[in-house]
Amino acid sequence: MSDARNQARAVLEGPDIHRALTRIAHEILERTRGAENIVLIGIPTRGATLAHRIAGRIAQFEEIKVPVGAIDVTMYRDDLRLRPARPLGRTELPQDGVDGRTVVLVDDVLYSGRTVRAALDALNDVGRPRAVQLATLVDRGHRELPIRADYVGKNLPTSKSEKVKVFLEETDGRDAVVLIKEDDR
Amino acid sequence: MSTYDVHEGTVTTILIKGARILGGAPGDILLRDGVVAEIGDLSGAKAGQTIDADGLVALPGLVDLHTHLREPGREDAETVETGTQAAARGGYTAVHAMANTSPVADTAGVVEQVWRLGQEFGHCDVQPVGAVTSGLEGRQLAELGAMADSAARVRVFSDDGKCVSDAVLMRRALEYVKAFGGVVAQHAQEPRLTEGAQLNEGEVSARLGLTGWPAVAEEAIIARDCLLAAHVGSRLHVCHVSTAGSVEIIRWAKSKGWDVTAEVTPHHLLLTDSCAESSPLGPYNPIYKVNPPLRTADDVRALREALADGTIDCVATDHAPHPVEDKETEWAAAAMGMIGLETALSVVQEAMVETGLLDWAGVADRMSARPARIGRLAGHGRPIEAGAPGNVTLYDPSVRQPVDPSAMTSKSRNTPYEGLTLPGRVVATFLRGRPTVLEGKLV
Amino acid sequence: MKHHLISTGDLTRDDALLILDTAEELAQVSQRSIKKLPTLRGRTVVNLFFEDSTRTRISFEAAAKRLSADVINFSAKGSSVSKGESLKDTALTLEAMGADAVVIRHSASGAPHRLATWVRGSVINAGDGTHEHPTQALLDAFSIRRRLGRLEGLKIAIVGDVLHSRVARSNVLLLHTLGAEVTLVAPPTLLPVAVETWPCQVSYDLDAVLPKSDVVMMLRVQLERMNAAYFPSAREYSRRYGLDRDRFARLHDDAVVMHPGPMNRGMEISAEVADSPRSTIVEQVTNGVTVRMAVLYLLLGGSEPAIGGAE
Repeated sequence: MSDARNQARAVLEGPDIHRALTRIAHEILERTRGAENIVLIGIPTRGATLAHRIAGRIAQFEEIKVPVGAIDVTMYRDDLRLRPARPLGRTELPQDGVDGRTVVLVDDVLYSGRTVRAALDALNDVGRPRAVQLATLVDRGHRELPIRADYVGKNLPTSKSEKVKVFLEETDGRDAVVLIKEDDR
Repeated sequence: MSTYDVHEGTVTTILIKGARILGGAPGDILLRDGVVAEIGDLSGAKAGQTIDADGLVALPGLVDLHTHLREPGREDAETVETGTQAAARGGYTAVHAMANTSPVADTAGVVEQVWRLGQEFGHCDVQPVGAVTSGLEGRQLAELGAMADSAARVRVFSDDGKCVSDAVLMRRALEYVKAFGGVVAQHAQEPRLTEGAQLNEGEVSARLGLTGWPAVAEEAIIARDCLLAAHVGSRLHVCHVSTAGSVEIIRWAKSKGWDVTAEVTPHHLLLTDSCAESSPLGPYNPIYKVNPPLRTADDVRALREALADGTIDCVATDHAPHPVEDKETEWAAAAMGMIGLETALSVVQEAMVETGLLDWAGVADRMSARPARIGRLAGHGRPIEAGAPGNVTLYDPSVRQPVDPSAMTSKSRNTPYEGLTLPGRVVATFLRGRPTVLEGKLV
Repeated sequence: MKHHLISTGDLTRDDALLILDTAEELAQVSQRSIKKLPTLRGRTVVNLFFEDSTRTRISFEAAAKRLSADVINFSAKGSSVSKGESLKDTALTLEAMGADAVVIRHSASGAPHRLATWVRGSVINAGDGTHEHPTQALLDAFSIRRRLGRLEGLKIAIVGDVLHSRVARSNVLLLHTLGAEVTLVAPPTLLPVAVETWPCQVSYDLDAVLPKSDVVMMLRVQLERMNAAYFPSAREYSRRYGLDRDRFARLHDDAVVMHPGPMNRGMEISAEVADSPRSTIVEQVTNGVTVRMAVLYLLLGGSEPAIGGAE
């Protein structure tokens, strides 16, 4: 793995990620009229970390404390039977739940759209948001479902044979988005 | 069925060339008119049939003291015909048919019927064992004298499957059979200590949550019976000894000069209770369920030594056929017992000969001479010498082959050795000079 | 491939922790208004109960339904089984019905092992004779960890009829795997021979063990044992091995009391102990559903199971 990482090309470095998240935070404030009644819900693991970072920036810019949570979508995935049963991620919903609020789902990479589809189903089982929006650090294309992001950190053209891997300080010790070519691995 | 008539003996003369009698130097054996006519270098001898026995060991025809032929009553599991065919293929020329049939062999009528069936089929002699108590119920003595006086000339009496647990009844039985030189073969199992018992009581039964069958339940009865036999001056035979403690008691009784004999089964010489927990056939496979149960490795060691030093007199198969549906169940619901006639000699070779504990003379003694003597079978168990009955088994100890239940002759398939590779193969069996098995196949 | 859950002895420490951690996440589902996940949609779970055990059956049924599995309850009473159909024939019937998992409760030790040789689906042992009851042990471990925050290093006393207890067998193996120190406490008549080979301590003296225990798990004593002379009388048993108010007072302040149920109040446990806040008896029931969901998910949720005994 470390070999693959070394050979892989970093498409975003720490400062790029920082700027992208700052921009997303601003856009959210703009599009939701000062983040009124919103909840940031990350998809574990890195989506949840990103949600916390975005909430931090919103607090910094506007001194608003936006509720943050996480929703695990494993049990709602449509590809469960294609792989061995996998451990569940953490679901942590804000105290007041999601009913009647605008939920901004946060994920690290938007690809086929299937994870977001699962997240929409999972959300549906825990409450009834007024609206759901989607923020993603990287949109790498190749959608298989009619889903698009409202906030995108970076559009990254990729081929299907490539892998996009997001590293974050909190979980991986550094910030980076790398593109791994299949033949590099 | 055979075209020979055993009552008249065979008209054929058979020359067995180059057999190693009891594993000794190669020599020839001439069978004529039902007896061993001559042994030695018989290169000039004329015979109707010559059998090349190069490399084969010649043993006196084996005698089983403990066989369940299931007829009458459970012909779905075994019949006298299939059971004696299996016996012949295992190298046996005589088997003792246990009494726990339905109806129970507790009258002259039933034992004569079984005996006659054996004679008719002619694969090996069938010597019925009579029940000790009527219906195996442990309440009153069966008509032991009538069975002894019948055409079947019963000498061994046993409630096998059940223990004659009542001490008074056991004493009376031991005394009574003295009148006709009989012996009581006890299935030693204290019933209260073994209620619901499933497996040897020990580490394995505790882990598996199976009700334990403690060694003491066997040993306590053996000790009592030895003392009873000594007290009334009778002959006692102990069936399927399975524990190291039992061996100690029998050794002690013999040291006193008491007339006590004992048998051990092939499976108790080879397998342990760990089979119930870990075998290639999966845990809790009732193929290993048997009574008395498989014991520990220490018990197996003690039993082998006791058979080697003569404390245990003989190997008896306790061949117990059961139909598939009685074994393809959960452990507790399964029938107890395993078939053994066709694998006994191989198992004894594996457990006793390969380990250096017995030579072929010892095997002949423990599997032919002594069981014949205990059962008072005059025509069996004699050394292969001129004038002896023509009961001979030719055995090839040099091969090793996987045990294949589907290749067996017994009507049942409940062998615990499936998948094991065992040594040896019975090539031919002769009953009073007439082949019952040739080239490993029934004649 | 790992396939079944028949004995806790088949679980590695990682397997066991994965089940407990998964259950921890699934516990939230029981608290939401929609207590259902789509995960096992289209999968069939058969509850095959040869012994009456309404509470265990309902617990498995609730667990399977919360994961959207189809549940078929097959009770041996009044069925072809009571008319003499063999376990094997029943197994072949279930196989033909396409059962993805069979939850089996049987009075014969080892019945789940036998079943596993006849069906392709996963076999989950819901209690076999006097052998094991793995999901009970898992829910006990889960309940302990929720109460006390850990299992490693805890001193756990299991008290009562160990000889006939499948709960005790499963718990000894599982709690040992998870690093707890188990002491079995019983009169000598109710301990198996060779118990000294088990990975636990053994004592005949409840009063000596209680003050050192973080968890006291009381086992049900069946009254028919009394007639079989395992102990002289219910009163004497209760006096020597029952958890009454006085003994309860000698437990340290954080210690918890457990019972797999159903209880004989006044026999092995007094009513006030059973109902005290330090008793986990009610939450054990709730946790039962959660832990069984975790087991079903991990065995059936993927292309292949993530835990369990070897094939």
